[in-house]
Amino acid sequence: MAKLNLNRIEMPRQDPLERGRNFEEVALGYTPEMAAEEASRCLNCPKRFCVSGCPVNVDIPEFIVALKENDLPKAAEILKRKNALPGICGRVCPQESQCESQCIMNRQGAPVAIGRLERYVADWERENPSGKPAEIVPSTGKKVAVVGTGPAGLTCAAELAMLGHKVDMFEALHVAGGVLMYGIPEFRLPKEIVQGEVKYVESLGVTLELNAVVGKIDSVDELLAAGYDAVFLGTGAGLPMFLGVPGENLSGVYSANEFLTRVNLMKAYLFPEYDTPVQVGRKVAVIGGGNVAMDAARCALRLGAEVSVIYRRSREEMPARHEEVENAEEEGIKFRLLTNPTGFTGDEKLQLKSMQCVEMELGEPDASGRRRPIVKPGSDFSLDVDVAVIALGTTPNPLIAQTTVGLETNKRGTVVADEATGKTKKDRVWAGGDVVTGSATVISAMGAAKRAAADMDRFLRS
Amino acid sequence: MYKILEKQSLTPSIHLFKLDAPRVAAKASAGQFVIIRNGDKGERIPLTLADWDAAEGTVTVVFMEVGKTTVELATLKAGDSLSDFAGPLGLPTHIDNYGTVVCVAGGFAVATIMPIARALKQAGNRVITIMGFRSKELLFWEKEVGRWSDELVITTDDGSYGRKGLVTEPLRDLLAAPDNNISRVIAIGPTVMMKFVSKTTEPFKTRTLVSLNPVMVDGTGMCGCCRVTVDGETRFACVDGPDFDGHLVDWDELMARQKSYLAEEVKSLEQWKCQRGTCQTEGK
Repeated sequence: MAKLNLNRIEMPRQDPLERGRNFEEVALGYTPEMAAEEASRCLNCPKRFCVSGCPVNVDIPEFIVALKENDLPKAAEILKRKNALPGICGRVCPQESQCESQCIMNRQGAPVAIGRLERYVADWERENPSGKPAEIVPSTGKKVAVVGTGPAGLTCAAELAMLGHKVDMFEALHVAGGVLMYGIPEFRLPKEIVQGEVKYVESLGVTLELNAVVGKIDSVDELLAAGYDAVFLGTGAGLPMFLGVPGENLSGVYSANEFLTRVNLMKAYLFPEYDTPVQVGRKVAVIGGGNVAMDAARCALRLGAEVSVIYRRSREEMPARHEEVENAEEEGIKFRLLTNPTGFTGDEKLQLKSMQCVEMELGEPDASGRRRPIVKPGSDFSLDVDVAVIALGTTPNPLIAQTTVGLETNKRGTVVADEATGKTKKDRVWAGGDVVTGSATVISAMGAAKRAAADMDRFLRS
Repeated sequence: MYKILEKQSLTPSIHLFKLDAPRVAAKASAGQFVIIRNGDKGERIPLTLADWDAAEGTVTVVFMEVGKTTVELATLKAGDSLSDFAGPLGLPTHIDNYGTVVCVAGGFAVATIMPIARALKQAGNRVITIMGFRSKELLFWEKEVGRWSDELVITTDDGSYGRKGLVTEPLRDLLAAPDNNISRVIAIGPTVMMKFVSKTTEPFKTRTLVSLNPVMVDGTGMCGCCRVTVDGETRFACVDGPDFDGHLVDWDELMARQKSYLAEEVKSLEQWKCQRGTCQTEGK
């Protein structure tokens, strides 16, 4: 037997200078040889630590064994048994803090690159569809409405459909996918992949109604009265937060949601071929330190701007995935850490011209356990910027809560739901994903949706 | 797909579509809007409802040719379809029996004051409507709006029909009349018109509601593109509005935000015309 490689196989990526000028996918995926070699690093441990680290409990060693045996159809089938969206998860899951963090190989070197292998299998299957329909249990005659078609809604719909329930999905926008379509950029998650996985969910017998804003058309109560046996709310956290400083409504100041929606969902980077424009900016400041801030910064760079990320704490406290920060830096994005904006100034046409900031230093840890940023006295300064993107996070859109009788929400506007089952305080209504937790990850939303689907199935069969 | 059942050209550049949209028709109220999109590469634009029929499942919108999207929309005919039509969005105009209400509308927004005047009339109000046009050729719906108005005043900028001048002039006369018992003013139209209607009513302290029309993308509260400052607070016109107290709106900010994409709009329209062989720079 060949000696075990302690290092993982790197995945080829577009050259940083090259990719900073296009919206094509950065990570290019494994070749069959790379996938085989990386798969060979999996020890197929009897104790499946990796599976316990996966919010949807994908049978990781099993799919990797199938991959080692070069049985890709089987590998794909094993993946899809637990995860309806493997092409998406293989790209955007924070594997380093989930499955891969549990991998035994961490003790001797680098963990198995589970995410890259998942992506490899999902991509292979998309290009080589088996045509074999998924196994669906006989119809129960029960009907479920899924509100929202982001990661939570798609997962819940797929699970319930496979369990024999009739599922109708309602989407407010003109395309399904939620944040996977409007938020995450093409170069990190090609939209064709998202739509491929939406089609897979539809292939399970799920119907999809677009342009359907639940709460404005039928309310949740009306859906229940109209014959749905249960409702799942996967409406996400779509309401952007702002800084609350002067000048924030100048032309040229965007929420990350708006900037990303224009660029990703509406394809403003292809303007005027596509109708929706975006202000490109010469100097762009992105405010925030999360993944959304990195996405916005990297979009702005690709549009041709000089981009700085402004974050009030230090690098260690940045909530973004390490890999995304590195990608951004490699591409030439500058970081102004320990800096906080205090206002925006415009020209006579009220177009953004500059941003006032203060320097920060870190004090004692706050409630989040991170060191609290404190203003350095007398450190005011001004930065020339013509576009600013505010990426401070989001809270749930209040529409559903406002129009649903008896749906309990907490102070931050999130829907109160049991963590283990997703059951809300309202009869026959479940919820999962960002609408319950506030902005979190794709995979945690999927995990919550799976747990809710299991509980809904129990209810529907009782 | 949302089929266009009927198309009327109210003026050479103002058009009406009646569409098959039963979901929207079932829930529509005066003052609400829809977001439409025409084709895979289209932008999302808001259009205020001009009428609807829940029983028939139809919704009527009226638009004016301004930029690429509306110019292209105008090329559609009955039998064609819009790819997307989402709504009814925004909060309905609050309707009550206030006594005497003045409705003010300008240009193509005359179509959208109709359902508001109708709802007010049906709620028992005395409705005075002032509608303003640049010129007689651009006038439409005199009868449709007149039907729900106890008094109808028409102004044209050039004096070719009705009273010469702007809508603010008859409005000021009404407010200044000794027997003024106007309890509120509702204005919908170009932003500059709504601004000056608000400035006109302010000294009289007459409650004035304006239906704002900022640039929108999703129209459901997600992007914040439509944010406006009202009484010093940031509000989203799509979910908190579109109606706001005209005396508290930061008009200059709104107008600046509406002009954010002027250059792009010109470019977009020009390129569309070039593709159809009708552009100015053709052959150069």
